Amino acid sequence: MTALTQTLTVARESSVARTAPSKTGDRLFQGAAYASALLVLLVLAGILGSIIYGAWPAFSEFGFGFVTSSAWNIGTEQFGALPAIIGTVAAALLALLIGVPVSLGIAIYLTQLCPGWARKPVAMTIELLASVPSIIYGMWGLFVFAPLFARFVQVPVSNLVEGLPIVGTILYARIPSGVGVLTAGIILAIMIVPFVASITRDMLDQIPTVLRESAYGIGCTTWEVVRHVLVPQASVSIIGAIMLGLGRALGETMAVTFVIGNANRLSASIFDPGSTIASRIANEFNEADGLQLSSLMALGCLLFIITFFVLIIARLLVRRTKVA
Amino acid sequence: MDASNPIATAGRTPTASRVRPGRRVADRVLILASTIATLLGIVVLGSILLMLIVEGLKGFSPALFTAPTPGPGSEGGGIANAILGSLIMTLLGILIATPIGLMAGTFLAEYGRTSKIADVIRFLNDVLLSAPSILIGLFVYTLMVRPMGTYSGWAGAVALAIIATPVIVRTTEDMLRLVPGPMREAGAALGAPRSLVIRAVTWRAASAGIVTGIILALARIAGETAPLLFTALNNNSWFNANLLGGVPNLPVMIYQFALSPYPNWQSLAWSGALLITVTILALSVVARFVIKDQRAR
Repeated sequence: MTALTQTLTVARESSVARTAPSKTGDRLFQGAAYASALLVLLVLAGILGSIIYGAWPAFSEFGFGFVTSSAWNIGTEQFGALPAIIGTVAAALLALLIGVPVSLGIAIYLTQLCPGWARKPVAMTIELLASVPSIIYGMWGLFVFAPLFARFVQVPVSNLVEGLPIVGTILYARIPSGVGVLTAGIILAIMIVPFVASITRDMLDQIPTVLRESAYGIGCTTWEVVRHVLVPQASVSIIGAIMLGLGRALGETMAVTFVIGNANRLSASIFDPGSTIASRIANEFNEADGLQLSSLMALGCLLFIITFFVLIIARLLVRRTKVA
Repeated sequence: MDASNPIATAGRTPTASRVRPGRRVADRVLILASTIATLLGIVVLGSILLMLIVEGLKGFSPALFTAPTPGPGSEGGGIANAILGSLIMTLLGILIATPIGLMAGTFLAEYGRTSKIADVIRFLNDVLLSAPSILIGLFVYTLMVRPMGTYSGWAGAVALAIIATPVIVRTTEDMLRLVPGPMREAGAALGAPRSLVIRAVTWRAASAGIVTGIILALARIAGETAPLLFTALNNNSWFNANLLGGVPNLPVMIYQFALSPYPNWQSLAWSGALLITVTILALSVVARFVIKDQRAR
């Protein structure tokens, strides 16, 4: 009761002194919010601008030949991007080839098969894979995975296919050390799985239960429900999720630098060491200057163009279904 | 694969016998494959943790937290300078990113719901969210390291802030959008100006979610290596108090030491890796529980 009286008194007193709230603070706040949002645009423009600025000497020196040349000679100052571009694309595509089926499998398991009590802990374990830093994946790949991979995959497969046409070239390891383009692809696959799986799971969860239950009701098996009901419903966003994974795989740096072997040449075998754009930059940037530095910037510029193209498509696909 | 088993089961149970073996097999294969995929994910996480614990605990000693990193090939030492450098840069990064991310997210959720420019910013923020971090390193190198003529902890902090900001923008916007409209209307009906409604009503209602975003951003940047390579680099002793020159930090230390030929450095790298991974996983788990708390309310 006393509290109420007090409140009333306070209210009455303040009503005497009441003035219209100042507009200045309100405008300042809105201005600050707007400016912060614009800063996001500015940063993106700054990234592109600074990389083009740094890459300009290389582009004007080599022209379009930079993209098609496979030279990387510091002595003669001849630089070309082809091996790095091919390595980047190859590792990323291998990552998709391995990672996408696994991600879909996990999403299907979590939404359709997993017993209720296990759903949360399992989903959390998979999502925790996404927060493991990339450098830890690199160490795991180099010190745990690569030796096993060399012993149980590279050596037997190389022995098996040696001398065969085509397969004998693609799957032959000259030095079965465990590192190489395929190893990088496998590590990248593990790294994109949590992202692709969790987006796909969310999309599958959004599909109305009635659809699923009707399909089961007419006697469909789990496979048929997934294949004919769930996947068509979620296909656009699943493709978006895959593109998102591709964007991550293309730009991933540290893990790849550990396991790809950092070789500076083109090789037809996916067991052989190679390099990606990001790993090349990480390896050489701190010791580079002059035209080499500029060429590394030019590599960064190419990476910017490739990944942003992929990411923009990914976001468009994921977004469109969210609105629909 | 397991073809004989489903048919055998089909023969025993009368209801299942009507399902053609081909359909059964496809179904069993799917179930088996997706279960294996999930187990694979769990095994990989387990294997990473096991590796870190086995290798990382070997080098654990009080010196780890008190001594700076040793020179090449010398014995002893710790990673205290790298821990401190990482802490400083990560916190500075979050300090820069939090106000910007919070205000930008507020703009997107409160002021710019329908405007074109907000759509563009929202979209590009999502793109920036998954942009390769090494490009951000190149950007900050051109922006700060080259003009200043030296690697610095400031450049490292700015690079980390650029990575953290989109995470905070995204979660802030998502969380503010969950606040029901009538709460804002109630605030406005009391005569509060819009900025006051946002600060006193919407922010407060979404506070747990916003904090989650900041924790997630912290977890994201704590292990980032690529952007620090060209900005903070590393340094094998204590760093300058003004953060100019190379500032040691855990990720770059791990990168350099793990690939070095010296057993002592490798052992320190493993201990650092264990420390950083446990910290980040703990942050991620904490963030999850804060979200749960928010939803329960």
